[in-house]
Amino acid sequence: MKYGYYPGCSLERNAIAYQQSTMAIAKPLGIEFIEVEDWNCCGATEYFAIDALAAYALVGRNLALASQQKLNGDRNQLVAPCSACFLNLYKTDHYMAEDNKLNANVNEALAAGGLHYDPGTVKVRHLLDIIVNDIGYEAIAERVTKPLFNLRVAPYYGCMIVRPASIESFDNPEYPTSLDKLTHSLGAEVVDFPLKAHCCGGHMTQISENTALELIRRLLKNAADYDADMIVTLCPMCQLNLDAYQENVNKHFGTNFHIPVLYFTQLMGLAFGLSANNLGLGKEFINAKPALDKISSEPLKKQRRKKRPPKETLPMPTMPEES
Amino acid sequence: METNLQTSRTPTFYDEVIRDTPGGDPNLEMCIQCGTCGGSCPSGADMDHTPRNLFAMINAGMKEDVLRSNSPWYCVSCYYCMVRCPQEIHITDIMYTLKRMAIKEGLYRESSASEAPGFSETFIHYVENYGRSFELGLATWHHLRYHPINAIRMASTMGLELLRKGRMDLTPTRIKNMPQLKKILKKAKAIGGTT
Repeated sequence: MKYGYYPGCSLERNAIAYQQSTMAIAKPLGIEFIEVEDWNCCGATEYFAIDALAAYALVGRNLALASQQKLNGDRNQLVAPCSACFLNLYKTDHYMAEDNKLNANVNEALAAGGLHYDPGTVKVRHLLDIIVNDIGYEAIAERVTKPLFNLRVAPYYGCMIVRPASIESFDNPEYPTSLDKLTHSLGAEVVDFPLKAHCCGGHMTQISENTALELIRRLLKNAADYDADMIVTLCPMCQLNLDAYQENVNKHFGTNFHIPVLYFTQLMGLAFGLSANNLGLGKEFINAKPALDKISSEPLKKQRRKKRPPKETLPMPTMPEES
Repeated sequence: METNLQTSRTPTFYDEVIRDTPGGDPNLEMCIQCGTCGGSCPSGADMDHTPRNLFAMINAGMKEDVLRSNSPWYCVSCYYCMVRCPQEIHITDIMYTLKRMAIKEGLYRESSASEAPGFSETFIHYVENYGRSFELGLATWHHLRYHPINAIRMASTMGLELLRKGRMDLTPTRIKNMPQLKKILKKAKAIGGTT
């Protein structure tokens, strides 16, 4: 299967592990990615706060280049692994179709650079979407040579892959399950992670660190409460916040979290038996090795779940005995 | 004659917010003040006003109070409010509109998030000149400008670790056809900045 590919700035450097592991799993899955030539930044959440039309035009240039390049013949599907890039590309295409004035203005700006984009010509999709829907869970399970038995994984989606729902979404905006099923097909034990679609704080670490650290703390605590060995994510911003800021959270709140945060593509690569060196392992701040060492060759029969406390220890009201 | 009266009146703050929010009708007039937005907001507790509150204030024409509020800057673009809003108001997009207006009017300086626009501006400085974002430059300049002590702390811990792990570049990357991107952005700004 051939797809257009928009890596985005993060995958070039900060999320290089995501890029390496995506390329590594593409081959066994029969996926060919064709990168948009000379793509530019999507503007993240910053450009829209300064200049709306310039922001839409910035994204529009990428869509115009992608449509011009006829990346994968008539299907013209563009895959973005970063949730922020995915949303900006998707949303710009959608809003240009909804809003004639925006469409005209963006195209007037693009024309200054000799480009044009008709909304709807490129179908923007997230990497997770094509993996679970085009490849499918069964085909993935068939590629697994080293199942991730005994590894408890909390699947973390964050925000921009499933929201806003006013735009058609491939998964539920509040309670997505695609990453859960994918993790399950790799043999791992899936944690039913209540905060799986909550926010990591995005750029708030730079605006109000206290607000951001609290959001990160909630996610880490929730994963720890559910006995997760690791968190698996699909967005460079989420990975950076949960991983690189974990020590700051510990200092700030006096906690002692030590939960590695990997990309789902890294786990797929490990389950496919690919070498850790090709999957960008070791780039994470919180070392994932101790968690990965828990993987056993056989599924353990005994659940490691915490036992419920005996009823007697709960502060239950007691009814007075009838006389 | 009612129609003439309507079309000739000076646009109110409420009209301006709707006009400057691209992507079709943001449905702002549909707000029923239910508060689902504020209840769903991850940073709502740190906001001066919840989105529901802001919308009532916009309706009442309280332009300065709205644009002085830290709320738009504390919006993390998680879109929970937009998903849950029973009236399908484009809340996150309206927050972006309020950010742009606060910058235009200079009122952001009076909010408790007065450094936030500077972060966005530094970010887009690299995008407008290189076509790509540049994390090292962004973090360094932002912190040097607002938190010199933090800049040293950042550089000595997280920054170094990111560099050591090959997760940060020392120099920005420039796209090939930068002149084309500059022409597009210049034209977009000339058209009006907003749509």
